[in-house]
Amino acid sequence: MSKFMGWVNERMSVTRVWEDHLSKYYAPKNFNFWYFFGSLAMLVLVNQLLTGIWLTMSYTPSAEAAFASVEYIMRDVEYGWLIRYMHSTGASFFFIVVYLHMFRGLLYGSYKAPRELVWIFGMAIYLALMAEAFMGYLLPWGQMSYWGAQVIISLFGAIPVIGPDLQQWIRGDFLISGITLNRFFALHVVALPIVILGLVLLHIIALHEVGSNNPDGVDIKKYKDEHGVPLDGIPFHPYYTVKDLVGVAVFLFVFCSVIFFLPEMGGYFIEHANFEQANALKTPAHIAPVWYMGAFYSILRAITFDIGPINSKLGGLIAMGSAIAILFVLPWLDRSPVRSWRYKGMFSKVGILLFAIVFALLTWLGTQPATQTYTLLAQVSTLFYFAFFLLMPFYTRWEKTKPVPERVTG
Amino acid sequence: MKKAIITFVLSLLPVLALAAGGSGYPLDHIETDHSDKASLQRGAKQFMAYCAGCHATQFQRFERVADDIGIPHDLMMKNLMSKDSKIGNLMFNNMDEKEAKVWFGATPPDLTMVTRVRGEDWLYTYLRTFYEDNKRPWGVNNKVFPDVGMPHVLMELQGVQIDNCGDTSPTAVDPLTGEKVCGLTVDPKRKGSMEPKQFDQAMYDLTNFLSYSAEPMKLERQSLGIYVLLFIVLLFIVTLLLKREYWKDVH
Repeated sequence: MSKFMGWVNERMSVTRVWEDHLSKYYAPKNFNFWYFFGSLAMLVLVNQLLTGIWLTMSYTPSAEAAFASVEYIMRDVEYGWLIRYMHSTGASFFFIVVYLHMFRGLLYGSYKAPRELVWIFGMAIYLALMAEAFMGYLLPWGQMSYWGAQVIISLFGAIPVIGPDLQQWIRGDFLISGITLNRFFALHVVALPIVILGLVLLHIIALHEVGSNNPDGVDIKKYKDEHGVPLDGIPFHPYYTVKDLVGVAVFLFVFCSVIFFLPEMGGYFIEHANFEQANALKTPAHIAPVWYMGAFYSILRAITFDIGPINSKLGGLIAMGSAIAILFVLPWLDRSPVRSWRYKGMFSKVGILLFAIVFALLTWLGTQPATQTYTLLAQVSTLFYFAFFLLMPFYTRWEKTKPVPERVTG
Repeated sequence: MKKAIITFVLSLLPVLALAAGGSGYPLDHIETDHSDKASLQRGAKQFMAYCAGCHATQFQRFERVADDIGIPHDLMMKNLMSKDSKIGNLMFNNMDEKEAKVWFGATPPDLTMVTRVRGEDWLYTYLRTFYEDNKRPWGVNNKVFPDVGMPHVLMELQGVQIDNCGDTSPTAVDPLTGEKVCGLTVDPKRKGSMEPKQFDQAMYDLTNFLSYSAEPMKLERQSLGIYVLLFIVLLFIVTLLLKREYWKDVH
């Protein structure tokens, strides 16, 4: 075996890669519950890729046959229902896991120097994931697939001058049709998965270059032993591989509970209207995006008024775009001398908590019909969403922080 | 801190709530039971007799239905299928969509997944709330689906229901209390072949059958789910012990 590994290593340093990224990658020993979600995101990604490949074997990407082929998978393909539910539930869980993963970064300042690139690659993954989910949602060709895509693509029409042409270019037709379905299929199963895999690779390479942050936000590379190993670091493998397995078991319990007992999740994971075939002549009474897009959809709808020359539709689009764009520059908005919220001041602590509540509220509002009260609630929440980020350079600098310990605390 | 995390996680989990029926009419709740084969068979019989003429369930096959709800193939072919249909066929019907649209104002929708679109309670209530309304083309209207295009095909079973709350209908009075009764009642002069209780049971069976059609693998899904979860519990114990063993030397 060692002779064989020697032969391989002379040609391609497999052992070095293994050591650099696993057996001699030193991670802080004080990771808590929040640090499970990175590896869980990888697990869900693999789940989506594998179930997606098997779905593709029986799915027919055409306007005439797509809906029926999904039911064919559900009924006539051996365990097709399981593969389909794993994929549909996996889509929602991907976002649950990624949102918790991002919130962890927010709590412990994992986006701050020197990890700005890790955060930016992560945000790019999130953006690609939203596109992937949006295009995947058209494929079952149900009513909500069709009308959801109709609403989202029509947003591009709000862009001045090029809007209407751009809209038509995206659809490839004058309305959502089989042409749109086929191109979304190509992008969903080939193009975007490649982009996401590439970005995940960059995310991890960038992370392993600078090392993982930790709940205290202290730099573990400051204190090393005589071999150059951080005193507060432990090799990722086997310590975190075995620890993550426990997280995987807990996650699978929740994940499988939904797959086997609540696959529609009360209409949130698979919307009721999507069990009816797409019909271009019949608009559903209430068009709602899937829950994971809810927050940004709320922000879009919150702009109900014209601002100078900008009409409300374009204003909404700008607000939604800005809400996503502002996340990219987060590393430069936070001017705090400390990373973790444990040592930040009152403003940051309360801000982060309120932000979580507001984001959850916006998500929920996005799935509800826009009544007067809900719209007002969405407007106030949107205002807070932007205030949290735009005022960050000020409150993080002015507030009084606590002293950060030299070494990690348990 | 802990409280904050719990609040956050809970608030992220989608709130479980079903959308209301649309018309706002209160829906009667039922618990469907896909293991009750007698009920499913009665439901299948009613479906074939009263619904299948206009509505297809084109995403399921006769054979699967027969096998799942316990009808032998020969009986299925003899009693519940047309002569030219084969047991492995999808359950299409022969109505021309364009003509149907002229007849009813809308093409009768496919019903394979109607309970997943509308909900079981909705369907059960819908089937039982047709009432006489001479303003409508078929002389009937519906409480949960106002101005529906469908005629009351089950009238021979249920009889003619009258809406006592409407202005034009004769006011029914409770013989004991003398209070005005509001709601749907069967006109005693135009009774159907079933008593109201029998009719409710028949509609339960029909809803149960369509709920089965919507998700024929539901029983398999749930029974397999138990084993999967038990395996994961075992996996959790093993991984936890493994983790503890490895982490003994981390201080």
